[in-house]
Amino acid sequence: MKHSTKNLVAATLIAVCAAGTGWAQDTPKAGGTLVVALPGGTPRVLNPAVQSGTATGMPGSQLFASPLRYDEDWTPKPYLAKSWEVSDDGLKVTLHLQENATFHDGVPITSEDVAFSVDVIKKYHPFKSMFAPVESVDTPDEHTAVLNLTSPHPALMLAMSGQLMAIIPKHIYGDGQDPKNHPRNNQDVVGSGPFKLVEFKPGEHVILERYDGYWEEGLPYLDRIVARIINDSSARAIALQNGEIQLSTFEMEPTTINRLQSDENLTVTKEGYGGIGAIDWLAMNTTRGPLQDVRVRQAIAYAIDKNFILKALMRGTAVEAKTGIHPDSPLYNPEVEAYEVDLDKANALLDEAGFPLENGKRFELNIELPGFPGYKAQTEYIKAALSKVGIDVTVRAHPDFPTWARVMGNMEFDLSMDSVYNWGDPVIGVNRTYLSSNIGKGVWSNTQGYANARVDEILAAAATEMDAEKRKALYSEFQEIVAEEVPIYFINAVPQHSVYSNKVGNPPQGIWASSSPMDKIYLKD
Amino acid sequence: MNALHVTTTRIFYAILLLLAVLVLNFTMMHLAPGDVADTIAQSMGGADEETMAQIRADYGLDKSFLVQLGSYLGRVLRFDLGYSFYYNQPVTSLILQRLPATLLLVFTAQIFAMFIGVVLGVISARRPNGILSHFVTFIALFGYSAPVFWTGILLLIGFSLKIQWFPVAGMRDVTLEGGFAVRALDIMRHMVLPTITLSSIFLALYSRLSRASMMETLGSDYVRTAKAKGLTEREVVYKHALKNALSPVITLAGLQFSAVISGAVLVETVFAWPGLGTLAFQSILARDTPTILGILFFSSSLL
Repeated sequence: MKHSTKNLVAATLIAVCAAGTGWAQDTPKAGGTLVVALPGGTPRVLNPAVQSGTATGMPGSQLFASPLRYDEDWTPKPYLAKSWEVSDDGLKVTLHLQENATFHDGVPITSEDVAFSVDVIKKYHPFKSMFAPVESVDTPDEHTAVLNLTSPHPALMLAMSGQLMAIIPKHIYGDGQDPKNHPRNNQDVVGSGPFKLVEFKPGEHVILERYDGYWEEGLPYLDRIVARIINDSSARAIALQNGEIQLSTFEMEPTTINRLQSDENLTVTKEGYGGIGAIDWLAMNTTRGPLQDVRVRQAIAYAIDKNFILKALMRGTAVEAKTGIHPDSPLYNPEVEAYEVDLDKANALLDEAGFPLENGKRFELNIELPGFPGYKAQTEYIKAALSKVGIDVTVRAHPDFPTWARVMGNMEFDLSMDSVYNWGDPVIGVNRTYLSSNIGKGVWSNTQGYANARVDEILAAAATEMDAEKRKALYSEFQEIVAEEVPIYFINAVPQHSVYSNKVGNPPQGIWASSSPMDKIYLKD
Repeated sequence: MNALHVTTTRIFYAILLLLAVLVLNFTMMHLAPGDVADTIAQSMGGADEETMAQIRADYGLDKSFLVQLGSYLGRVLRFDLGYSFYYNQPVTSLILQRLPATLLLVFTAQIFAMFIGVVLGVISARRPNGILSHFVTFIALFGYSAPVFWTGILLLIGFSLKIQWFPVAGMRDVTLEGGFAVRALDIMRHMVLPTITLSSIFLALYSRLSRASMMETLGSDYVRTAKAKGLTEREVVYKHALKNALSPVITLAGLQFSAVISGAVLVETVFAWPGLGTLAFQSILARDTPTILGILFFSSSLL
C-alpha cells in the first residue's frame, strides 16, 4: 500500500514537472487539425444559452464566447468583456466589450446582444439561479452593458464564464422563433467564439473551423477541431493510444485512466474540473424510517471505509471529498468531520438510537443502483460494509436513468449513490441539494428531504455576501453543519480526467475543462 | 382479379400489423416510469420544476395518454414520423441519415459470414473427423460464444493498437482529402473490424449448418452415382453436392437477418459506427418515443 502511494506521488510529480517544462518552452505554432473526443456523446443542441451539460459545453464554448474566462486559480480574466466593474453596493455590474469583436457572419457584437443573451438564458437555461437577480440590462453605448441587480449577486462572476453565458446574436435568434428549439441551434450556427461550425452530424462528429475574423490577433492557433463521438470508453482509450484522437476530456473510468497513465505519449491530468465540480456521494433519505435519526446516518458514515473505496474501487484515481463543495474550489472546507471508519462507534450510535442487534440484524434498508454506469462496485461494497453493523441492505437495480430519477425525485428511496455537479458557484449547483424550499423537486433537487433553518439562512446570506472572506466563512460553517448531520455521506470528487497527446500544447485547463475556449491550444511539430 | 384481391388483403393486413406494432410499443413506452423530460434534464445536469414542466408542455407529454397516442397515429397516417424530442430533429431525416451505415455493415457482415461459413463447413464436411474439422468447429463455437463487446475490443487492441492496420472508431476519416476512390477505400478500411466482429457470431451457424447439410448430401444416392461416373472428388463436391447443400443455408440467412440487425447494435457501439443500432439504443435509454417508434416503423416495414 505504502509503496503504491509513493509511486503515485512520484508519478504525479514527474507528470507535473514534465508538463510544466513541456509547454513553457515552446512557442505556440499556428495551424493543424486537432481531433478530440466529444465528451458525453451527441449533444442535443450546440447553443449553450438554452442547454447545459458537458456535451453541449465542448463545441458550444468554441462556437460562442462568454464575457469572462477563468484561470486555474479561480481568477476571472477578460474574454469578450475586456474589463468590468462592480458597483460598491453590488447592484450594478458593468461590462466593457471588445470593440472589434464580430459574430461569424461579420456583424459586430454589441451590448444589445449581451442584453438579449441574458434575457434568453434567464428564460430558457435550466440553471435559473444564475441570472435570477438580474432585473434588466442597460445599453448606454454599443460596447457597454450594465446589468442591474435586485440584490448583490457574487455568483454572477462564475455565471458569466465557461459555457454558462454564451453571447448569442440577436439578429439570428431574435426572429420570434422559440430559442429553445430554434433551427439555427444545430445548423448554420452563427456564433461569437473563436471557431465556427462546419458540420454537425449527430452520432458522428462536430467539425469546427478557425474563425478568421476573431477579435484577438493571431488566435485561435488551430485551423480545425474535429470533435468525434465515440461512446465506448475502451474504444476511446485505444484511439488515444494510437493517435487517432489527441485529446479526450471527462474520462472517469479508473481502469482506463490508469492504463492511459502508463502510456508515455500521453499526459493524464485531473486539473481543470473544479468548475464543473462533480462529486460522488451516498444520498440518504432523511424523511424515512431509521434514517430520520441523525445517529443512524452518522453510524452509516462510520461503518463505511472511504479508503477502501478510494484505493480499491477507484484505484487511486479519485480525490477524497468531505463536503458538497468540490475540493478544488477555494470555498472548500477540509476541516470537517471526516468519519474515519470506526465500527465500534457505529454500533454504539445505532444502539443509542434504539436499534439493538437482534439475531445479527438491526433493521433493513434499500439502496438504489442508478441506471447509469459507475456505481455498481460502490453499491455492493456499501451493502457489505453496512451488514457488518447489522444493517441489512437490499440493492434495487434500475435499468436506466429515468426509472432511477423518478424514484429519487419522488423520494421513494432510503440510500443511493449519486453524483451531483457544482457548476461553478455554490449558488448555481450546491444550494439546490440543501435548501428546504427545494425538497423533492425532481432528480438532483433536495432529494434527501434535508431541512435545517440555519443552513437555509447561511445559504441565503452567502448568496448576497460581496465580501469574499465573509462569504467563505459562511460556506465553511455550512459545510460543518452538513457534515455533522450527514444527509449525505460525501465520498470523492468524480475522477474526471483530461487525456491528451504530448503533441498538444496549452491543453484546456482553467476550471472548466473542455467547456472553455480552445483558442490557445496548438499542435507541436 | 384473384391475385389483385390477395395483394390488397395482404397490404391491408400489413398496415394493420404495423399500426398494432406502433400502438403496442407506444403503450409500453408510456407505461415505463419516467419520460424524455427526465433524460433531457440529465443531459443538462439537472433542471428545476418550471423547466421540466416547460419541456413536457413543449412536447405534449402533459396531455392524456389517449390524446398523445391519437395525435401520434394521426401523424403517422399522414406519413409524418414526428420530431425527435431528444435530438431536436425530424425523425425521418434522423433515420435516413443513419440507415445507410447500418445497411452497409449488416449486408457486408451477412455476406462475409455466409461465404466464410460455407467454405469452412465444406472443408470440415469432407473429413468430418480430421484435425481441420475440429479446428473449424473450435473457431466457429469460439466466435459464437464470445461476447461481441469482447471480440470487438480484442480486435481493436490487436489490429488498431499493436499493429496499426485499421482505425479504431467511426466510418470515415473526416480529415482526409480526396476523391471518391480515396473515400471509398477509407470507408472500407473502417469497415474491416466491425464486419469481422459482427460476422463472428453468425459464422458458427453457417459453418455448422453447411457442414451438416454437406455431409448429408455427400451420403446421398446421386453423389454416389456421380462418383461412379468417375468424376473427381473436387468436381463432385463443388459442382454437384454444394448446390443442393446450400439451400438450407440460404433459408437460414433470410431468417437470421433480424438477428444480424440486433447484433449490429453492440458492434456499432464498440466501433462508434454511426448507424441505426446506436440510435435505437440511445433513444431507448433517452425515452425518446418518436425516434424509437420511427425506427420500429422502418424496420418492421422492411421485414
